[in-house]
Amino acid sequence: MKKTSLIAAISSQGVLIALALLILFGWLRYENFLGLFNISTVLRYNSMFALVALGMCFVIMAGGIDLSVGSTAALGSVVSALVSDQGMLVGSLVGIAAGLCVGILNGFVIVKLRILPFIATLATMLAANGTALLLAHDQTVSVSYDGTFVNLGQGDIFNIPIPAIIAVAAYAIGSIVLNFTSTGRSVLAIGGNEDASRMMGLPVDRVKFMVYVLSGGLSGLAGVILASQFGAGQPIEGVGWELFAIASVVVGGTLLTGGVGSVGATLAGVLLLGLIFNVLNFENGLGWISLSAYWQSVIRGLFLLFVVILQSRLAVRDKPT
Amino acid sequence: MVSEAPQNNTPLLSMQNINKAFAGIPALSSASLEVAAGEVHALIGQNGAGKSTMIKILTGYVSRDSGEINFDGAAFEARSPHDAQAKGISTIYQEINLVPFRSITENICLGRESRRYGFLNWNAMHEEARGLMRRFNINIDVRKPLYEFNTATQQMVAIARAIGFKAKLFIMDEPTSSLDEREVNVLFDVIRQLKQSGISVIFVSHKLDELYQVCDRVTIMRDGRTVKVANIKSISKIELVASMLGRDVAQVAKSATAFGNRKGKIGETVLEAKSLSAGHMVQDVSFSVKSGEIVGFAGLLGAGRTETARLVFGADAMRSGTMSLDGQPLAPRHPIDAIAQGVGFSSEDRKLEGIIPDMSVAENLTLALMPQITKAGIVDEEKQRVIVEKFIARLGVKCSGPEQRIRELSGGNQQKVLLARWLAMNPKLVILDEPTRGIDVGAKAEIQSLIKELAEQGLGVLMISSELEEVIEGSDRVFVLREGRNVAEFAGKQISEAAVMAAMAHGNEDHATSGSAS
Repeated sequence: MKKTSLIAAISSQGVLIALALLILFGWLRYENFLGLFNISTVLRYNSMFALVALGMCFVIMAGGIDLSVGSTAALGSVVSALVSDQGMLVGSLVGIAAGLCVGILNGFVIVKLRILPFIATLATMLAANGTALLLAHDQTVSVSYDGTFVNLGQGDIFNIPIPAIIAVAAYAIGSIVLNFTSTGRSVLAIGGNEDASRMMGLPVDRVKFMVYVLSGGLSGLAGVILASQFGAGQPIEGVGWELFAIASVVVGGTLLTGGVGSVGATLAGVLLLGLIFNVLNFENGLGWISLSAYWQSVIRGLFLLFVVILQSRLAVRDKPT
Repeated sequence: MVSEAPQNNTPLLSMQNINKAFAGIPALSSASLEVAAGEVHALIGQNGAGKSTMIKILTGYVSRDSGEINFDGAAFEARSPHDAQAKGISTIYQEINLVPFRSITENICLGRESRRYGFLNWNAMHEEARGLMRRFNINIDVRKPLYEFNTATQQMVAIARAIGFKAKLFIMDEPTSSLDEREVNVLFDVIRQLKQSGISVIFVSHKLDELYQVCDRVTIMRDGRTVKVANIKSISKIELVASMLGRDVAQVAKSATAFGNRKGKIGETVLEAKSLSAGHMVQDVSFSVKSGEIVGFAGLLGAGRTETARLVFGADAMRSGTMSLDGQPLAPRHPIDAIAQGVGFSSEDRKLEGIIPDMSVAENLTLALMPQITKAGIVDEEKQRVIVEKFIARLGVKCSGPEQRIRELSGGNQQKVLLARWLAMNPKLVILDEPTRGIDVGAKAEIQSLIKELAEQGLGVLMISSELEEVIEGSDRVFVLREGRNVAEFAGKQISEAAVMAAMAHGNEDHATSGSAS
């Protein structure tokens, strides 16, 4: 009986079905829901979350957790804003580098010092947050509009927002790495059984280190897009991003215990949770009701709860007989 | 079904005509089980015979499709293990499910604490815990946290807890698997005590010797049916095995293991280990393995066999000693180093250190091999497929296909996949730690003949086994370890049960018996 694959199937197909239903609902109910402007806005905004969730997805599949992603993105946005007059390339590289630094620190503390990921990344979350506030002198850092920097977040190529192109490319690479490279398979093996992975000679420490560095780098990149899109480095942005990322990963059917997961379903999870907010805005626009934006959190929360309950229900029945 | 009348008039537990199917596949077909009051009743069968399903139905873990259960004179129905416990049936699990950081007292009394003026009455609880433990002749500080005690004591605590819950029937699922001989004896004393106080025990074990020591009757299951119920005194070991397998007694009697006569030549020394030490478990161990040779490690639990093997594999750090593999110095710091030099290691704990449960058979087989089948970081799926199919066929792994998840396979088939994992790497030496533990009799024979075949093809094999006959019949040479030292070496015809056991128990002062393989 292939119960586990059934869980994965239901969870990953489930998120796609839910996403399709939500889009259908929006298309039937609201004018312009599938209009170019709305699509473009949703994609542009959610690309940042998608990047953060991709890193989170790898960390969780390897059996870890990374709470520092939000602060890291905020830090990335501040440092890239500080150097934004040097153009898009320098701004991006510096922002990503800041994220990589946090990731390297996370990886070092978790892998070498053997500190629990939850605690280690909680500490770096606070540290990155403080660093961002220090560098920004406790206020938003305006980016330079003289150079090319803002194009990254605000520009389009063939009407497709550049952040969305970056995110889709990242997911494509992520999916290939997970499914077709030895590193990707090792990530799942380590999340599935770390001791066994060690005993079969997999480079456990190196792979664990890599996923945190990846998560840090992607968070930094998300921060660069944040600064570029909104024209400012935002030291206090990023609060709750880690939870949104974890929620997207879980909604996409990746097990929080590690070892089972999908990159594509995580992207679907991000879009699903993002669209809930979008639909809420349209609903308010109809003028029949007026729901506060806080309702999005309530709906997202309920949805997450629903998915987790579904997963655990199926897992109970999966117990070997 | 062959049955003998139970000694007592009304049994404490009677399960009749139990049927259960999982997804249409029958796991139990009119199975039955009767346990008299104050009886120790063995329940045996191969993996998949239905004994664990039977127990799960009894304890409310799964529901039955049909059938009748009577317990203590009334119809019985447990909705959950918790419910079963409240109704007088307690299960002592292999992995003990207590709270390690809490005291013995709390572990025994949790859930039915005695109170005074609304507060916990610690004195009364400590006294009760102490009294229960003293019944087993164990005098310990019941205020200390559970994790400070060894497995055997923890098991006693689990039993004491169940007695506190006024259990009338204990189910013990392989209770001796993590105990050493002395601890087993203590457990058996406890079981006899339980029996005297009128408590019944269902005793599930793969170790046949134990059944004769402690059980009154035995129920044998096969293919979801109850095939035999007998007084343990009136049935021979061979008959037990034959009933479990559904084979002829004469056929089984030939040889207890499947190693049989070995062909093939024993060659040069592959592994030479001198004066290894590490931790407090390995004091001074020297041994060697030749190509084409099966070397057995015998010894009691805690003799340092696994610990020594882990040093060879680089899984633990060595304090002193030297090793060489094929003449090259071997000093692995991590398993990855030992693997690179041609050593494979199949751990005694498949679940913990062997399989990646949620990954496929194919991936479990090839994960360690990835460096060889990867080009520029990308796994060559064609190469992988060829290797996987070759080994599935060669080792006779029964699975629905290479993509099936390994957790869905039986223990024996999982073990074959793990063996294949190492064979695919073309090692010079494989270390097999308890290669047939927890595997049913049929698959056990397959694994054993496989090991033999591998040695015949020139592989050096270091085999650790707690089953004496496996070590004795399977090995070309046997090293006996005792308290972290190798105390005796036997080769060829010198290997006998009596000699090995004597060395395990007393050590062996004169090493005159040592010599190269015949």
